[in-house]
Amino acid sequence: MSAHRPDRSCACQDFNRAELLRRGIAQAGKGLPTIEPGMPTPAGTGLSRRSFVLSSAGLLLSVYGAGRLFDPAIFEAGIAQAATAANGPVLVSVYLQGGIDSMSVLYPAGDPLYASYRPTLGLAADAGPVFTEDPALHWNPLAAPFAQLHAEGKVSVLPTIGYSDPNQSHFTSRHYYEVGATDANLLTGWMGRYLDVVGSADNPLQGLCLDYSLQPALATARVPVATIDLPTDYSFSAEGVWGAPQTLMYNAFDSLGHAGLSAGDQAMAQSGEAAVMSNTLRQQLLQFQPAQGAPKPALPANYPSTTDEFPARMAAVAQMLAAGLPISCVTVTTESVFDTHENQVGPFDSGLGEAVQTIYAFQRDLEARGLADRVLTLVWSEFGRRPQENASAGTDHGAAGCGFVIGTQAAGTMIGEWQSLATGLDPLGNLQASADFRGLYCSILEQWLKQDATQIIPAAASLARVQVVKS
Amino acid sequence: MPASTLTRRAQRRGPRVVSAELPVYHGSFGPKQAERLLWRAGFGPQPGQSAELAKRGMRGAVLSLTRPADRSLVGPLPVLENGQPIQPYEVWGNDVLWWLDRMVRARAPLIERMTLSWHDWFATSNDGVGSQRLMINQNQTQRANCLGSFPRMLTAMTTDPAMLIYLSLSGSTKVDPNENYAREMQELFTLGVGDGYTEQDVREQARALTGWTNSWDATTGPTDFHFDPALHDGGIKVIYGHRGNFGWRDGLRLVLHHPDHPKYFVTKLWSYFSAEPLSAKDTHAAASLYVSSGRQIRPVVEAMLMHPLLHAGPRMVKPPIVQIAGMLRGIGRYIDTDAWAWESNLVGQMPFYPPNVSGWDATRWLNTGTWLARFNLTSQMIVANKVLNPASAKGVPSHAKALTDEAIAFWGKPTVSNATRDALRAYAQSAGIDAATAAWQRKQFPVLTLNALRALVAASPDYQTC
Repeated sequence: MSAHRPDRSCACQDFNRAELLRRGIAQAGKGLPTIEPGMPTPAGTGLSRRSFVLSSAGLLLSVYGAGRLFDPAIFEAGIAQAATAANGPVLVSVYLQGGIDSMSVLYPAGDPLYASYRPTLGLAADAGPVFTEDPALHWNPLAAPFAQLHAEGKVSVLPTIGYSDPNQSHFTSRHYYEVGATDANLLTGWMGRYLDVVGSADNPLQGLCLDYSLQPALATARVPVATIDLPTDYSFSAEGVWGAPQTLMYNAFDSLGHAGLSAGDQAMAQSGEAAVMSNTLRQQLLQFQPAQGAPKPALPANYPSTTDEFPARMAAVAQMLAAGLPISCVTVTTESVFDTHENQVGPFDSGLGEAVQTIYAFQRDLEARGLADRVLTLVWSEFGRRPQENASAGTDHGAAGCGFVIGTQAAGTMIGEWQSLATGLDPLGNLQASADFRGLYCSILEQWLKQDATQIIPAAASLARVQVVKS
Repeated sequence: MPASTLTRRAQRRGPRVVSAELPVYHGSFGPKQAERLLWRAGFGPQPGQSAELAKRGMRGAVLSLTRPADRSLVGPLPVLENGQPIQPYEVWGNDVLWWLDRMVRARAPLIERMTLSWHDWFATSNDGVGSQRLMINQNQTQRANCLGSFPRMLTAMTTDPAMLIYLSLSGSTKVDPNENYAREMQELFTLGVGDGYTEQDVREQARALTGWTNSWDATTGPTDFHFDPALHDGGIKVIYGHRGNFGWRDGLRLVLHHPDHPKYFVTKLWSYFSAEPLSAKDTHAAASLYVSSGRQIRPVVEAMLMHPLLHAGPRMVKPPIVQIAGMLRGIGRYIDTDAWAWESNLVGQMPFYPPNVSGWDATRWLNTGTWLARFNLTSQMIVANKVLNPASAKGVPSHAKALTDEAIAFWGKPTVSNATRDALRAYAQSAGIDAATAAWQRKQFPVLTLNALRALVAASPDYQTC
């Protein structure tokens, strides 16, 4: 219970207003929403949408560290000589930020203790469809589209994914999932290390983060990756520049970048590489630029209609894959925050509904475009929440949570299991994990990306593999 | 555990300027070195300021920053596009403008730069606080103590209302102690991740820190932050092996006298000034200086700003908000738009909204998204009437070298390497001269090219680093 916000009914409104303001930022240039004088400013959720990473001293030193190559010859090889096959397997990571309450996504209606653990948040047994692989669990009615995909054999459910000795800090637990190890000091992401093995020095799109800042899972030590808001927004503007001087200006990005890469200085090289990669990306995304004065294209059918960028970003992934761009790993984060300590139902339902509808629409979009067999989508969160609801009609940080692997090539069978509330809790009253996220990563690397996991995941040899792709 | 007698003696003696054991830069100190110092310890030079500062010599230049005689702000007050004053407490984004204005107009730039470092060190986001007033109050506290005593800073931050909300210390009671603040205080503020403390120490510190609370006012929000002894856990705790009936001040004292603290303090402080870590020997010397000075900030900062690595070591990527403030200083512009609020977010550093409690990740300022945003900043920087119009611009040079020089001069003549200058000149030649074949192009292309060159100078690796 927090003393600073006794009026709990305000939390939802504050949350929504905070979201509104964030959207205002996203729509920069179109005028900002202001708060009228005297109106209370929004209380956030305590977790920013761009959370995380330990930047404490001593760790600041070497992301693009000493191992980073400054050899400009690599960049002279030309641009867009994408080594990533435009028809290779694609992994899309969807992060449900804030630690989603897994027991409200798949709720244990059949567990005799469920009602006592969830006196106000509990859902009736007949409210949502039964999870056919374990009838003790029911799908939240808002997750019914997942139940449908599951019935088609396209969803592998992880009812309790986690790791031993679970950490209940958002930052730390998320960091573990991002880097693919329970190691606070690892600075490259698990997808980033995969790209370091297979990626090329001249294709930033191989690792695509749709956000304002790079998601740590894609942090590499060797090869470039791309961070963009939306492909339609990736345009450079210089006032009073057009015609030939404008066209040639883009070439100058490269020559300035090479000056930085040749300077023999790490910071200059980082800036130079960003210049060269930005220009490469500019060319790769030219086809998505709306014509001068034209309105932004509408979202394809079935994506939820909202000003959140999450559906637009998922739709953009499908469009970019359909355009044949050389993409290998993608990260997207929900704009909804699932850190539901108080009055859970409202924000949880709107967030879950939007996430499920978007992912469902994305899957159908891929199928309609004939891309579905190339794409596997991993849905995850940093932890689940405590089975026992708190006194504020919310839930506190827990341990194991739910995860989903979605796609036509997903195995479609449960990974791990749901243990009963009577037997499945740890001494702190949190769900124990029945599947380890690191083992899942190893399995995805080996079965989907066809890569030896021992090069990428620390102590991979000791981690149990699971069947994640149809055999 | 009382402060050692040695520490007390050192406090009475007053701060020393430089430890004999930390090396001091003895190379040449001209405008180029002064320019770097102004970027590392401030927000870049105003036109001509580097040459002025260089006249003081390295030591004089550092002391003028760390012991400023004049802390005033010079220049016009901040306004919005409509000429109205900003409302930092009330209107979204105006908090950012309020601080950016100080960065741009400060006579004592290190004060603002240190405040920025402390904002990152004790990272608190208005996303979690929900009150621009409380955020600005915290900022003023950090500013007032930015070169003072670190124990006083830690005490002030622990009991600061924005922090009390952000890391859940308000409402942490003996019945339900919240570990959030206790954990981050050790992990991020004083000791760092390591073997210096245990999970049990986190729990025991959380107990020692219980008792803070606040009330709620229906119109103004959280108010009346105070310590309530009735909510405090008065029982026996064991922290780092010490056993006692510890209160919150004891918890802070114990962590400040933890043997791992001085090294963490100097390592983290140094990381704000240089990308190259101090050697083990220099780290030890800096930690000794910190302890012998009575855990004062200023003596350590002075020694760091005189260190050879700062003046002759590798370059650093400028933090995005430093770059924005420095561009404004370079072109002599003051706060006259709220664009900087959302621009700061796009380039990756919106003050008062750090991404999380560990602050901004200074190793990852540049990616394809933030590089785009930094490039597009120039369009915001050059107000419409300063964009050169090819139909009417007068006196634009018609050869490549002069075009390049004029574009560099536009930003106050920052130092530009030969390789970058060559790249700019090659562009000026190809776009401004060679591409112009028709008569109208020979008139207009140099102007369009000069507009582009201004953006390219600001996007160059030289200007994005210092």
